[in-house]
Amino acid sequence: MTVELISDQGIAPDARHPEESPLAIRGMTVSYGQKPVVFSVDMTVQEGSMTAIIGPNGAGKSTLLKAALGIVTPLAGQAKVFGKPLRSQRHRIAYVPQRASVDWDFPTRVIDVVLMGLYRELGLLRRVRKTHLDKATSCLERVGMADFADRQIGQLSGGQQQRVFLARALAQGADLYLLDEPFAGVDAATEKAIIAVLKGLRADGKTVVAVHHDLATVHEYFDRVFLINTRKVAEGSVAEAFTPDALDRAYGGRLATAQMDRAAS
Amino acid sequence: MSGVEFVPLSLTPLLIGVFSAVACALPGNFLLLRRQALIGDAISHVVLPGIVVAFLVTGVVTAWPTMIGAALASLVAVVMIEAVRRLGRIEPGAAMGLTFTAMFAGGVLLLEQSDTSGVHLDVEHALYGNLEALIWLDAVGWESLLDPVALAGLPDELLRIALTLVAVGVFLWVCWRPLKLSTFDEAFAQTLGMRTSWIGLALVVVAAIAAVAAFDAVGSIIVIAMFICPPAAARLMTNRLEIQITWSVVFAVLSAVLGYILAGYGPLWLGLDNAVSAAGMIATVSGLILAACALWAPCRMRSGAPAQ
Repeated sequence: MTVELISDQGIAPDARHPEESPLAIRGMTVSYGQKPVVFSVDMTVQEGSMTAIIGPNGAGKSTLLKAALGIVTPLAGQAKVFGKPLRSQRHRIAYVPQRASVDWDFPTRVIDVVLMGLYRELGLLRRVRKTHLDKATSCLERVGMADFADRQIGQLSGGQQQRVFLARALAQGADLYLLDEPFAGVDAATEKAIIAVLKGLRADGKTVVAVHHDLATVHEYFDRVFLINTRKVAEGSVAEAFTPDALDRAYGGRLATAQMDRAAS
Repeated sequence: MSGVEFVPLSLTPLLIGVFSAVACALPGNFLLLRRQALIGDAISHVVLPGIVVAFLVTGVVTAWPTMIGAALASLVAVVMIEAVRRLGRIEPGAAMGLTFTAMFAGGVLLLEQSDTSGVHLDVEHALYGNLEALIWLDAVGWESLLDPVALAGLPDELLRIALTLVAVGVFLWVCWRPLKLSTFDEAFAQTLGMRTSWIGLALVVVAAIAAVAAFDAVGSIIVIAMFICPPAAARLMTNRLEIQITWSVVFAVLSAVLGYILAGYGPLWLGLDNAVSAAGMIATVSGLILAACALWAPCRMRSGAPAQ
């Protein structure tokens, strides 16, 4: 279906059906205290794409995702998911929060975290059956973590924790995957494993949006970018929007510093 | 000990102690994981003004007005803690400390100003409760457990704390998954459409109900200790929440039974004349269990700290 839409006289799908974009954000404004973190941002995610949200620290990347998901309440603006209000489309979304946002000392096992992704099926009281366990295990296999199913989550490395989070998102069986800094502080093997899974999702027609920091890997990993620095700076394919000029506007004079930080880490 | 002595004098205090300990320890597991353990402390302090106000309004110190006053005071406290935390931008622990000391102090002032000299209402009672006094005078032995007339004479506190324990258990059973999920990863739970703030409030309200019911029977020392010690000790025994809950129940029961026996007979074994407060001893035993777990439990060395 995606192929047909794109080949339709060269008109981008979101231009023809903006109301059916997996994620369409309009006029989103979020403020913590007095200062807006995200100001009047529009974003239209294309179906079947992999989009990187890029910008300096504190530019509102994570906040934009959280506002779109209803985790933080915006001052203004709205997000539509597949053309409908978020509330009716939650089952089509999988979210991977920042790894550091949870307490990994929490007393639970890897498999239990992945089973949380099946909450919609399990509900309050339904028993966990073998089919659920099999599903969770197969998600762990996809991220190369099946051998760790019975480990306590605190015993994992940062990269392994991130892969468990991704497995939980896979268990949700969603159409739109929103990831907050999936590559932050992970080892090279994990980065490779995660990007392979994400590209597999795209090949299946799913849509992926990730907050991303490493400017060097944007060309290799993503097909679209969204540059933000409180306001939207640029949006489009990597070729159109990921330009030195746009980066300069997003990062201001700080791009050099940002790159040095990256080299150092 | 024969049933003739044990059933009327020790069975009901023991059961009330056990039920109170478990009713507080169960929600304590989640409060601890949410770094809200101090809430138990806060609630058990703020019930004092609630009880005094209930007395001033109704003029009697009977169970229902007392419990309703205490429950309302806990709700006021919970709302105040949230308000102080958000409006004052103060960390939760400080907001709780501020709220419960202010409300407890207000309760003491009210108590001094009001004419409560004629009734049994004092700070000491609020702290230690009167576990030893909750005896079952109608019982003559084990056979009384089957005698409807004798059963009708059971202390009201026993029925109340038993019902509270059932309510706490049902709440945890039904809300297990949302509680666990929103405690571990609140943002993720919200993306599933869960009202995580309601779940958090429900947990605090259930904890408040447990605290008020237990406070009525055994005083605030047990309440404070049982919210924290058994769950904290249980966390050191295992890395799975389901098993942690089980351990916390075991430790709560153990604290109550051992504490009750030691309070009654410990001083005699040491050659002293008087028994000591059961509530105090139960809380002490729970602290000792926590200390033992901190020294020897299997999961006390954890590598759960963030990797960087």
